Amino acid sequence: MAGAENQVIVGLEVHCQLDTKSKLFCGCSTDYRSDGPNTHVCPICLGLPGAMPALNKRAIEFAMKVAKALNCEIITEAEFSRKNYFYPDLDKAYQITQYDKPLALGGYLEIESDEGGEKKVRLTRIHVEEDPGRLVHMGNAERGKYSLVDYNRAGIPLIEIVSEPDMRSPKEARKFLNKLRATLEYLSVFDSEKEGSLRVDANISIKGSERVEVKNITSYKGVEKALMFEVTRQKNLLRRGQKVDRETRHYLEARGVTQSARSKEQEHDYRYFPEPDLRPLRVKSWLDGIVLPELPDARRERFVALYGISLNHARTLTGELKLANFFEKVVKGDPEGLSTLAATWIADTLIGELNYRDMSLDTVEPAAMTGLVQLVHAGTITDKSGVDVLRVMLDQRLKNEPAETPAAIVKRLNLARTTGDTGAIATAIEEAITENPRALDDYRAGKGGALNFLVGQVMKKTRGKADPADLNRMLSEALKKKEA
Amino acid sequence: MAPRSISFEPSDTYNAFLTTCSRAEYGDGPLAGTAVAVKDNISTKGIETTCASKILKGYIPPYDAYVIGLLKNAGAAIAGKTNMDEFGMGTTTENSAFGPTLNPCNPGRVPGGSSGGSAAAVAAGMVRMALGSDTGGSIRCPAAFCGIVGLKPSYGRVSRYGLIAYSNSLEQIGPLGKTVSDVSTLMGVIAGHDRHDSTTYDKPYNHSPNPDIKSLKVGIPQEYFGKGVDPGVAGVVKKAIERLEELGATTVPCSIPSMEYALAAYYVTCTSEASSNLARFDGVRYGPAPDWKKSWHDAYRDVRGESFGAEVRRRIMLGTFALSSGYYGKYYAKAQVARENVRADFNRIFRDVDVIAGPTMPTIAFKLKEKTDPLSMYLADILTVPANLAGIPSISVPCGKSEGMPVGLQVMGRMFEDERVVDVAFAFEQAVN
Repeated sequence: MAGAENQVIVGLEVHCQLDTKSKLFCGCSTDYRSDGPNTHVCPICLGLPGAMPALNKRAIEFAMKVAKALNCEIITEAEFSRKNYFYPDLDKAYQITQYDKPLALGGYLEIESDEGGEKKVRLTRIHVEEDPGRLVHMGNAERGKYSLVDYNRAGIPLIEIVSEPDMRSPKEARKFLNKLRATLEYLSVFDSEKEGSLRVDANISIKGSERVEVKNITSYKGVEKALMFEVTRQKNLLRRGQKVDRETRHYLEARGVTQSARSKEQEHDYRYFPEPDLRPLRVKSWLDGIVLPELPDARRERFVALYGISLNHARTLTGELKLANFFEKVVKGDPEGLSTLAATWIADTLIGELNYRDMSLDTVEPAAMTGLVQLVHAGTITDKSGVDVLRVMLDQRLKNEPAETPAAIVKRLNLARTTGDTGAIATAIEEAITENPRALDDYRAGKGGALNFLVGQVMKKTRGKADPADLNRMLSEALKKKEA
Repeated sequence: MAPRSISFEPSDTYNAFLTTCSRAEYGDGPLAGTAVAVKDNISTKGIETTCASKILKGYIPPYDAYVIGLLKNAGAAIAGKTNMDEFGMGTTTENSAFGPTLNPCNPGRVPGGSSGGSAAAVAAGMVRMALGSDTGGSIRCPAAFCGIVGLKPSYGRVSRYGLIAYSNSLEQIGPLGKTVSDVSTLMGVIAGHDRHDSTTYDKPYNHSPNPDIKSLKVGIPQEYFGKGVDPGVAGVVKKAIERLEELGATTVPCSIPSMEYALAAYYVTCTSEASSNLARFDGVRYGPAPDWKKSWHDAYRDVRGESFGAEVRRRIMLGTFALSSGYYGKYYAKAQVARENVRADFNRIFRDVDVIAGPTMPTIAFKLKEKTDPLSMYLADILTVPANLAGIPSISVPCGKSEGMPVGLQVMGRMFEDERVVDVAFAFEQAVN
């Protein structure tokens, strides 16, 4: 545990695209990612002279849902302001955002703290703003020949959620983001799978030193990495007796490092003033009409209570909306029989195998998973064979091959557990002991690892089908005989 | 039925137009076949719209301003786009990148501004009516100087969608015409709610001018006849007000103490908003292409430095300064307080009177190139900006001559009582004709 003098302090500013059908101030579709540049544009989001913003109520409803879920207070009269700065991706040369009268103030999000248990990360505010366009640099941004501007993204509604500096490690920051993402997805206002739908600026300092703002982090993992880099960098500076400068740094995702922003970028004076083309936002009364769905914390508690699964499994499963829905579909037919087993199989095994293959959960049908868990539950296959079956299932989907049912895979690969067929196990044990005299010696010398080694050898010979209980019992007996 | 069209190819002696439409189509409706001139800061689909600025030379909007759609639906023929002070910044129409417009009453004098082209086109009889925009007097001033009628509607009564913004919180599109009836007719076409403009109200204008002003109470603010107001102009306007009394109105002296700060509040507000509105004109999408070998900061600076006129650059710099961190509270925020005070003064006065009357402009039209220093030019707006700060309707109607040049009587009314100021102007017009 780091001493208090080395305490890491982290606060986050998270920009999330709201998953509305149309943009914040015009009717253009937000579904632009698969289309060509500048195809989802109109006079308003192009910032053509004379065009005026007309607020998309839906975006405000979405933002208020988030505010309610995060326990924020909706302010009586919110206001849009202009943030003025020149940048080629900014169609009007100002961004319509909220400044001194944001939609929501306060609130908190609970995360699992590094010390274990829940902890509240306080929120400062939530405000609504429009996304700017996007620059595509031909070559390097500074030295490239030219840059192209795509305004498809211009005007996509964003919320910026600003936290208090309540996180104490990069890991807690990551947990905050994961929890936030889950909450937004449960609210059906956010799609984390859309590229660039989340961007993070992180403020990080070592207690007693200056604060550094790291901008431009675009992935969940990136936040933890960028902050870990900063912790090391700042601690090293302090260790060498140098001081940390108060500055803005950019995160370079590809290299995993942060780099000081040029001083010019830090001298912005945004000249905020109220957006005269929009009326003040008096929407507090809408709160009554907003009904929140079950949120991650509630669902986690329900999973523990209803399915009798462990807190950790429940936390993992409810940490993503899709995963939680998937779990419930898998156990739907037989919750009493399958829940604990399915929780382990999904939270511990399936996620790892999917990540290893860089596959999405969407590719696996819950029914197939149910089939697999049932086979394990019924004792038809061992855990070990279960993993093999799962791998075959995933590989078939990855390669777009016809998907066999788990039962068909078991049959084709002859993976059924050899319960009662002790002859095969006995033969395998004999072979394993004969082939590995050193292991026998080790066992006699009292080295515990030898037994595990031999179990592995026998499993290999029976191709994992041996009932672990049978195997353990028979191997112990065989070894005792040899000892005698 | 195939669309009909008019041909509009006038000899434009006064340089009223920047663009004329040799074939202007029109349809059925109350304005069927009426040629309407449109100020060049109102977007017209397919017709170049420059705001009289080099930076928008060649810009052809891909969409119509909301009011243009309404005009077309009413059967009007868009005859052309009229000259103006660049982006509306001026009181003479001399600040046009394409040369000044001359006053048809006396070509040695300015037509007023910034809607000088629209006023001159109407005054010269080139079109029956025109659209202008009024941020601090830009409809009423040229109407007064050219001897025609111009109405600045209540803020929110006419959609600004498609009006190239100079100062969003102050300006309104409005009608200019030779007669109050024409102005009223055009107002009827363009007023009403527009979902594109969140600052509009659902207050359509369906009104025929009524000349009966018996028992009308008219406030006469002392400030409108005080320092800086030309005695000749004041005399003509006083006579006009006596005429209103003869028609049955009673006059009540009143005072607008907040006027002391009105001009400052106005110029801080409009330059602040302008500095933001005009930032998009950067050479990337508008204006001549810069030298891209330079850094984009330098390229932007070059284009903006070369393509904006001096007055526009001055106002952008003033506004940028006023909004800067550390100065916001001192300027912009203070200006909004002053603005509230102006509103409060009007509210107070309107508890006792129905309309307020005075001169539109403190002087007659200036000679060309007479006004050279910006400050004395700004002072000329003193009588028109209060209505913009308060958002109230205000009309200018010709009420006589001083030194051979027209003088305008200004009538301001309560918020959304545009009909009433039209009626007062109509009553006066009917009485003198």
